[in-house]
Order: sequence, then structure tokens, then C-alpha cells
Amino acid sequence: MEASRYKFQVLLPPAVSLQRQISCLPNRLLRDIITLLVKDFRFEWRQRSTLGGLLLYVGSTVFVCFLSFSLRGGTPPAPAWNALLWIILLFAAVNAVAKSFMQESAGLRLYYYTAVPPQAVILAKMLYNTLLLLAVAAVALFLYTVLLGNPIQDLLLFAGNLALGALGFATTLTLVSGIAARAGGNGATLMAVLGFPVMIPMLLLLIRVSKNALDGLDWSVSSQSVLTLGALNLLVGAVSYLLFPFLWRG
Amino acid sequence: MNKAVLGIIISIISLAVTVFAVWGGQRLIEQRTAGRSWKTLTGLLLLTASAAGLLIDVPRLPIVNESIRNLFFHVPMWFAMILVMLVSVWYSVRYLRNPSARLDILSHEAAKAGIVLGLLGLATGSLWAKYTWGAWWTPDPRLNAAAVALLIYGGYLVLRGSFRDEQQRARISAIYNIFAFAAAIPLLFILPRISGNSLHPGQTGNPGFNKYDLDSTMRPVFYAAVIGWILFSFWLTQVSSRLALLREKLNEQ
Repeated sequence: MEASRYKFQVLLPPAVSLQRQISCLPNRLLRDIITLLVKDFRFEWRQRSTLGGLLLYVGSTVFVCFLSFSLRGGTPPAPAWNALLWIILLFAAVNAVAKSFMQESAGLRLYYYTAVPPQAVILAKMLYNTLLLLAVAAVALFLYTVLLGNPIQDLLLFAGNLALGALGFATTLTLVSGIAARAGGNGATLMAVLGFPVMIPMLLLLIRVSKNALDGLDWSVSSQSVLTLGALNLLVGAVSYLLFPFLWRG
Repeated sequence: MNKAVLGIIISIISLAVTVFAVWGGQRLIEQRTAGRSWKTLTGLLLLTASAAGLLIDVPRLPIVNESIRNLFFHVPMWFAMILVMLVSVWYSVRYLRNPSARLDILSHEAAKAGIVLGLLGLATGSLWAKYTWGAWWTPDPRLNAAAVALLIYGGYLVLRGSFRDEQQRARISAIYNIFAFAAAIPLLFILPRISGNSLHPGQTGNPGFNKYDLDSTMRPVFYAAVIGWILFSFWLTQVSSRLALLREKLNEQ
């Protein structure tokens, strides 16, 4: 206990000075968001089982892909490579984001309700999930490259598209996870039932741009899709921002 | 006239027509009187449009042949579905601003009417695809879009089924209704235009009526069918929501 506490303090700055730094920020909402974000990271870091589980999930699925493709001599063809990467990321995202509202008890929720505006809660959760999914995507891409080869011809576009995907998955799934957590009972099933239809259009765009990056096509080919993805992320974020207070009120 | 200006004008007009249709649909659905006149009109429009759709002379086009008559059934059903789902979303918005069991029931019944029309549109579209493209279902952007729309409302029904508390069910399903509609439905109109390899007609330009390049004899029948099916979807919602409201009243006693 004492040892883990010590390690924790070494890895994160002491709580008091961080609190002081946050309270210097001019905007109240921004202050709340950063406080909540720091809290989320600390929660995740203290219960490393969820983070480790997520990384292990990505690692083991990539390894299973590697084993099955090694039967036919090494690397998969580019379209299969692309499809599998996005499927792994999609399921990892659903697993990662599903927890964001489920692990918090009713008492804790009531405490937030009195302490911060609901907009800060949803924006902090979205930001946190985006960062988490970005990390997961980076790890997945690394393992993928190591085990299954790297057919990407336009790395910059591919990485940008991956980042847009992480942002899109996080914004879409955060509100859905809030909804699924309220329904209780079969949260994980509900998460998939409610989240997938909303994500299919986004996924189609992402896979299209990703394929263009794999083939090294000119940026002008995928610019329209990238713009639509950006606009979609903004729209989903804005709708979540507007709707979350109503979800929170109950 | 400049093509861009014309496009903007057509977009504004279609937006105004949509807003008017959603407003009018709510008036018709919530109507307290019998509303014999508009229901007679609906019946007449649907009967004449269906009969005329099967009987009039249609232009003979290669591959499409006689199956072009499906235009009078398939397309109006999708128009009606989108409109009645918009009505459902607007009821959800009204519910969140001013919660009442009545608005929740209206939103739910409108969504169910939308699902019925969507299934009808899917069935007629699938038949049409079989005769013109040779398959019941193709991975076409527009067909994917239709599947996504129905999956969303399937999810909506599952979500409604997983609550015990009625108020919570009403509030959270209203939130999902608005969120899913806003996040997915606009894209269903944009995606087919981006991908550009769709077999489905009407993939480029404005989704207004002008793009169908209809024959002058087909146009009035098509318009009658569109209005008839839209009114029919409102009628369906009215009947089912009256039934649900009566049931609610019985339960309270």
C-alpha cells in the first residue's frame, strides 16, 4: 500500500500544486474540465486493471490475426489489413468507452451534480476518451506493424485519419455509454446495439480514407471525406453537449 | 439562371416545405376531431395514385422497363418515413423541454409508424433491385443508409424495452432519438454523394423533386403518391397514438 502510494506520487505531480495550477485558469468551465480530466486519469491509473485489460485485448486480437495470417505466409493483403485494424479499433473503443459512466456510483454522480456543470462532465469525458483511444490506436498500430507488416504508403494521412477516428469514436460513444449506463442491466449489449448504427457512417468514411492512405493516393481524393469526418465530429460533439444535461438531470 | 443560385433556392424551398410538413403533421396527429376531410383526401390520393401508377403509359427505358411503376410506391414511402421520423424527433425535443407522458407516447408512435414505412420502402426497393440489378441487396451506399436508419430505430425500441421506470424511459429514449437522428440521418444524404459509385438513382445534386427527370404524365401521379403516403403516415401515427393514450388512461384508473 505504502509502496504503491509512493510510486503514484512520483509519477504524477503532487495534488496540491496541481490544484493550484488549475485554479489559476481564467475560465470556470475550462477549470472544471481539467480537474475532471486529471481525476479520470488518476482513477484509471489507480485501477490499472482496466487499462491493462484494454491493452491486452488489443495485443491478443492482433496476435490472433498474426497467427491466422501466418498460416498463409506472413502479411495479409492490404484490404484485409485495413478492415481488421478498424474492426479491432472499433471493438476496443466500445470496450474502453463503455466503462466511462458505468463504474461511477450513484453517490459519486450526485456529488458531481452539485459540484460541476454537466457540460464540464461530458466535455471532460470526451476529451479523456479521445486521449485514451489515441493511445490505444497508437499501440494497436505499433503491434500491427511489428507483427503484420506495414503496407501504409502515406503515413501522415493515415495517422491523421486514425486521430480523427479516435476523436469520432470517443465523441459518439461517450453519450451512448451514458445512455447505456442509465438503462442498467445489459449495458454492454445495449452499448453495441445503440452505438453501432450511429458509427457505421463514420466507419465507412474512415475506412475509405484509410484505404486511400494505404494506396498512397493523392490527398485531393480523400479531402472531401476528411472534411465530412471533421464536420461529423463537430456535429456529434455539439449534440452531445446539448443533450447531456438532460441525461444528467435524472 | 446560375446553377448554384438555383440550388440554394431549391434547398431553401425544400427546407421550408419540410418545416411546414412537420408542423402540419403534428397538427394532424394531435387533432381532436374526426378529420374526415383530410382522411378522405388521403384515401382518394392513395387509391388514384396506386391505380394510375399501375395503369398509365410509362416511358419504356432499357433494363427498368415496366418496373419504373415502382417509383410511385417506393420513393413516396421513403419520403414519408423521413418526415414522420422528423416529427418523432421534434416530439422528443418538445418532451425534453416540457416533459409529459403524452409527448413521449406521440414520439414513440411516430417512430413506430416510421419503422413500418421504412420496412415497406425496403421491401419495394428490394423487389425493384432484384428486377433491375439482379440482386435483392447490393452494398450500395444508399442501401447501407437505409439499413442504418432501420438499425437506429431498432436500437431505439430495444432501449425503450430495457427500462422499468416510465419517466426515465421517456427521457432517455428521447435523448437517443435526437442524438441518433442528428448523428446519422444527415450523413445518409451526404455519403452517397461522396462515394459516387452508386447504382441508385438520385445520387448527385439536390434531393428535390426536379432530379427525377420525370415524364410529364408521371409527374402528377408521383406528387399525388408522395402527398398521399405522407398523409397516410400521419394518419397511422394518429390512430396508434390515440390507442396508446387510451391505454395509458385505462392503466391510470
